[in-house]
Amino acid sequence: MSTRTVLHEADIARALTRISHEILESNKGPEGLVLLGIPTRGVTLAHRIGALVEQFGGVTVPIGALDVTMYRDDLHRNPTRAPQRTQIPPGGIDGKVVVLVDDVLFSGRSIRAALDALQDIGRPAAVRLATLVDRGHRELPIRPDFVGKNLPSSREERVNVRLRETDGAESVTIEGR
Amino acid sequence: MRHLLDTRTLARQDALRILDVAEDMADTQRREVKKLPTLRGKTVVNLFFEDSTRTRISFEAAAKRLSADVINFSAKGSSVSKGESLQDTAQTLQAMGADAVVIRHGASGAPRTLATSGWISAGVVNAGDGTHEHPTQALLDAFTIRKRRFGDDSRGRDLAGMKVAIVGDILHSRVARSNVWLLHTLGAQVTLVAPPTLVPQDMSRWPVRTLYDLDEAISSAPDALMMLRIQLERMNAAYFPTEREYSRRWGLDARRLQALGADSIVMHPGPMNRGLEISAEAADSPRSTVLEQVANGVSVRMAALYLLLAGAEHDAADSTPAMNAPAPVGSEKENTP
Amino acid sequence: MSETLLFRGAQVEATTLADVIVADGVIAEIGPGLSRAGATVIDVDGLVLLPGLVDLHTHLREPGYEASETILTGSRAAAAGGYTAVFAMPNTSPVADTAGVVEQELALGEAAGFVTVQPIGAVTVGQKGERLAELGAMADSRARVRVFSDDGFCVWDPLIMRRALEYVKAFDGVIAQHAQDPRLTEGAQMNEGAVSAELGLAGWPAVAEESIIARDVLLAEHVGSRLHVCHLSTAGSVDIIRWAKRRGVDVTAEVTPHHLLLTDELVRDYDARFKVNPPLRREEDVLAVREGLADGTIDIVATDHAPHPAEAKACEWHAAANGMVGLESALRVVQQSMVDTGLLTWGDVARVMSREPARIGRLAGHGTPLTEGQPASLAFYDPAPRRTFTTDDLRGRSLNSPYLGRELPGEVRWTLHQGTVTVADGALLDTPGVRA
Repeated sequence: MSTRTVLHEADIARALTRISHEILESNKGPEGLVLLGIPTRGVTLAHRIGALVEQFGGVTVPIGALDVTMYRDDLHRNPTRAPQRTQIPPGGIDGKVVVLVDDVLFSGRSIRAALDALQDIGRPAAVRLATLVDRGHRELPIRPDFVGKNLPSSREERVNVRLRETDGAESVTIEGR
Repeated sequence: MRHLLDTRTLARQDALRILDVAEDMADTQRREVKKLPTLRGKTVVNLFFEDSTRTRISFEAAAKRLSADVINFSAKGSSVSKGESLQDTAQTLQAMGADAVVIRHGASGAPRTLATSGWISAGVVNAGDGTHEHPTQALLDAFTIRKRRFGDDSRGRDLAGMKVAIVGDILHSRVARSNVWLLHTLGAQVTLVAPPTLVPQDMSRWPVRTLYDLDEAISSAPDALMMLRIQLERMNAAYFPTEREYSRRWGLDARRLQALGADSIVMHPGPMNRGLEISAEAADSPRSTVLEQVANGVSVRMAALYLLLAGAEHDAADSTPAMNAPAPVGSEKENTP
Repeated sequence: MSETLLFRGAQVEATTLADVIVADGVIAEIGPGLSRAGATVIDVDGLVLLPGLVDLHTHLREPGYEASETILTGSRAAAAGGYTAVFAMPNTSPVADTAGVVEQELALGEAAGFVTVQPIGAVTVGQKGERLAELGAMADSRARVRVFSDDGFCVWDPLIMRRALEYVKAFDGVIAQHAQDPRLTEGAQMNEGAVSAELGLAGWPAVAEESIIARDVLLAEHVGSRLHVCHLSTAGSVDIIRWAKRRGVDVTAEVTPHHLLLTDELVRDYDARFKVNPPLRREEDVLAVREGLADGTIDIVATDHAPHPAEAKACEWHAAANGMVGLESALRVVQQSMVDTGLLTWGDVARVMSREPARIGRLAGHGTPLTEGQPASLAFYDPAPRRTFTTDDLRGRSLNSPYLGRELPGEVRWTLHQGTVTVADGALLDTPGVRA
C-alpha cells in the first residue's frame, strides 16, 4: 500500500487563494455571495475561503454549512449515519449566488443531494461548486466551477484530505496499491 | 437501531443520538419546504389498538415529513374487535410490506412480544404499551427540557444536574416509567410525587426519591415539574376519595405555580384535565411547555423513524454504530462514489 | 402382561442395591442376587428405584377442553414422568361437581390404562363459591372422591369454607384450597414486587395467598378438620404452615416444581410461558419453599400440570392463559432444585412425590412400600444424564413448558403401573404393557 502526497500545506494555501480570486472574478465582486460548506471538511474550507474573499474583496461574505445526509440516494446501502448540522446564514439563500464548498469531488452524488437540499431551503439565483480536489469518475452530469487540483485517480485508490482544524495536519494524499 | 421499545434499556449514547438528530429534524421544520426525501419508498404502519388521536397524528406527521408512506390501522371496528390475534394482525401487515410498525397497545409488553416473535421483520416502535413504557414521550420530554435550558446550544448535551419532579398516578403511568429511566440515564435527578396508593409497592430498584407532598417537592426547586393526567376511574377503585381532594393535595394550582421558581418549566404530556391536576393558569403560563412538547414530539419521532429505517439491512444486527464522531481521515464520504 | 420381569441392579431409593421381580401386578420378590426361571431380565444397573409417583394436582382438561389435553394424553404424559397415579382437578366443562362426571373421568382413566386417574371433586357447584356441591355423592360414587377443590378459584366465602371443612369429616375427605384472595388480585398478572413495578404488570401480592392460608388453618383448627393447601408459593406462606403445624393443626401443603426453581425475573421478556397462577415469585420465596420442603413444613410436590393450546401462550402477556405443563419434567426439576443441592435424599423424594400424596389423597394401592406383595407401581430413574429439555420430551397434547431450552438432569427409564410397563427403556409405550 503506497501513499503519495499530492498537495502539501503550501499547495493547499495557494489553491485556496486562487479559488477565492476566481470566485470574486466570476461573480464580479463579493456582492450576493453565500458560501455553504458540506460537512465536515467542506465547512472548514468554506470558512477559509470566506476569510480570503473578505480579505481580497473587502466585504464579509455569509458562511454556513449544508448537511446532505437526508438527501442521499444510498442510505439503505450503508449503516445509519448521523446527520451533521445545517446552518443557513441569517440572510438566507433566496436570490443569492450560493457557492457549495467541498473537499473532494468524486461521483457527484453528494452534490446532487446538496442541490436537492437547497431546493427545499429556498431559491438561489445561481449555484456554483468549489472543490479542493477533483478526482474524476463522475456518475452524474455535475462539474465544478472552481477546482484546487485535478487529481486523476483509479477508483480503488483513496484520497485523504487532512486539514489543520480537523486533523491537526495539512495535506492531500492518495493511497493505492 | 432495530427497535425502539423502551428507555429502560436505551443506552445514553443512543438516547443522545436520537435527541441530536431530532434537533436537525426540528431545524428543517423551520424551512419553507418542511419535507425531507429520506424515507421515500418506506412504509410506516400505525398499529393502534388503543384510541389515541394525538400520538397517532404525531407519528403520521413525522413519517410523512420524511416522505414515507403511512398506513393507519386502528383496532376499533377492525378484525381485532372480532377477536383477531396480535399475531394474525401483525402478519397481515407484514404481507402488505410494512417497513416499520408503530404500535400502541393496552397490554404491557405487547411491542416486545411483537418484536421478538418472528412474526414480522419490520422495526417496531413502542407508542405506549399498557402501563409499561412510552419511550418517544420521554424522549420528547427530555428534548423539551434540554431545549428550554440550552436553546440552540443543545446538541450533545445531557441533563446532568437538573432536577425533575413527576407528579400523579405513577403506578399506572407508562409516561412516568419511561421518564424515570431516561432522565436518570441523562444524569437528571428525579423525584416522584403521588398519593401512597398510586405508587408501586416495591420501588427499591428505581433511581428516584418519592414524596407524598407536592409542596415539599416544589420547595426543593425542580427545574421541571411534570404533571401527569389523573384518570377518574381510579377514584372508583379506591385510589383516592374525590377529585376535590386529589386536586387540593396533588394539583398544580396558582399558589403552587407561584411557589415554583421563575425558571422552572411546567410540563404535561396531554391531554390535560384543566382544573384537576393542572390549573388553567399553570397550563397557559409562559412556563408551560405543553405546546412545545407537541411540536417536539414530531421532531423526536422523525428522528426515531429515521434511525430505525434509513440504514442498511445489515444494521438490523448491529447495536450502536459509532456516530457523532468527527469524520475520520479519508472518510467514507470522500471515498465512496 | 402376564410376563414376569426381573429388574437387576436397582438402587432402591438410592440406598440399597437390589433386584426386583415383578409378576401378576405385584412385587414378587425384592432383594440382592435374585433369579427366576422364565423371567425377562432387564438390566437397571445404576438406576434409582422409586415408588411410582403420585401427583395430587393435575389438570387433565377432559371433559370439555380436549384441545389442550385429554385423560389419555395426560395419562401418557404422567407415565413418561414416572407417575403411576394422578389426581384430576375438577375445573373441566362440565365441572366435576357430581357423581356422574367423576365416574366418567374414572372410566376414561381406566380405559386409557397408563396411570390411575383419581378424580377430585369440586367444593361448590360449578366452582362458583356459592353452594356446596354434592360432596357425599361424589365420595360414595365409584370414583371414591376424597379430595375436593375449587382450584382455579379460591373458596373465598369464609362461611362456605367452614362448612366444607366440617362436612367432609364425615367421609375422611379433605378440602384442597387454592389460596388467592380475589379482591386483592383483581386483574393480577404477575407477582407484585420490584419486577412488576418496572414491567407495568398488575401485581399479585403474596399477602393475597398468605391471608387466606392464615384464615383457613384457623378454621380447620376450630372445626377439627383436615386442610390441604395447593401450590404454596411464598416465604410467608411457609411460615404460616410451620406455625400452624406447631399448633397441631392437621394441615398439609404442596409446592410445584416450577416454584422450586423459577423466579419472577423470567417475566422480563413478557414470554407467556412463564405466566402461571400462583405466579413465579422472588428468589427469597424460592429459597424459602425449598427449605420448607426439606424440613417437612411442605409435605409434597405436586405438578399443577396445566396444558394450554399454542394460541393461548403465543400472544401478549395480558391475553395469555395461566399455566405450565409439568408432568414430564417434575422429577428432573426436583432433582435439580432439591436433590443435587443436597436438600433432599432420594428417600425423601419417594416420600414427597409418592407416599405422602397417596396418603393425603387417601388413595389405596399407591405410595406403598417397596416390599414383597405390594403393588408393582414403580419408577426407575437415571439421575446421571444432563440434557436440554425440548418439545421432544413432552408427551401430552400441549407444549407450554417453561423448561424448553433449559438443561435439566435425569431421565425416567422405566415406569410400571401395577405391574404393567408403561415406559420401557426410556420410551413411552403406545399401548400399556405391549413392548416391541
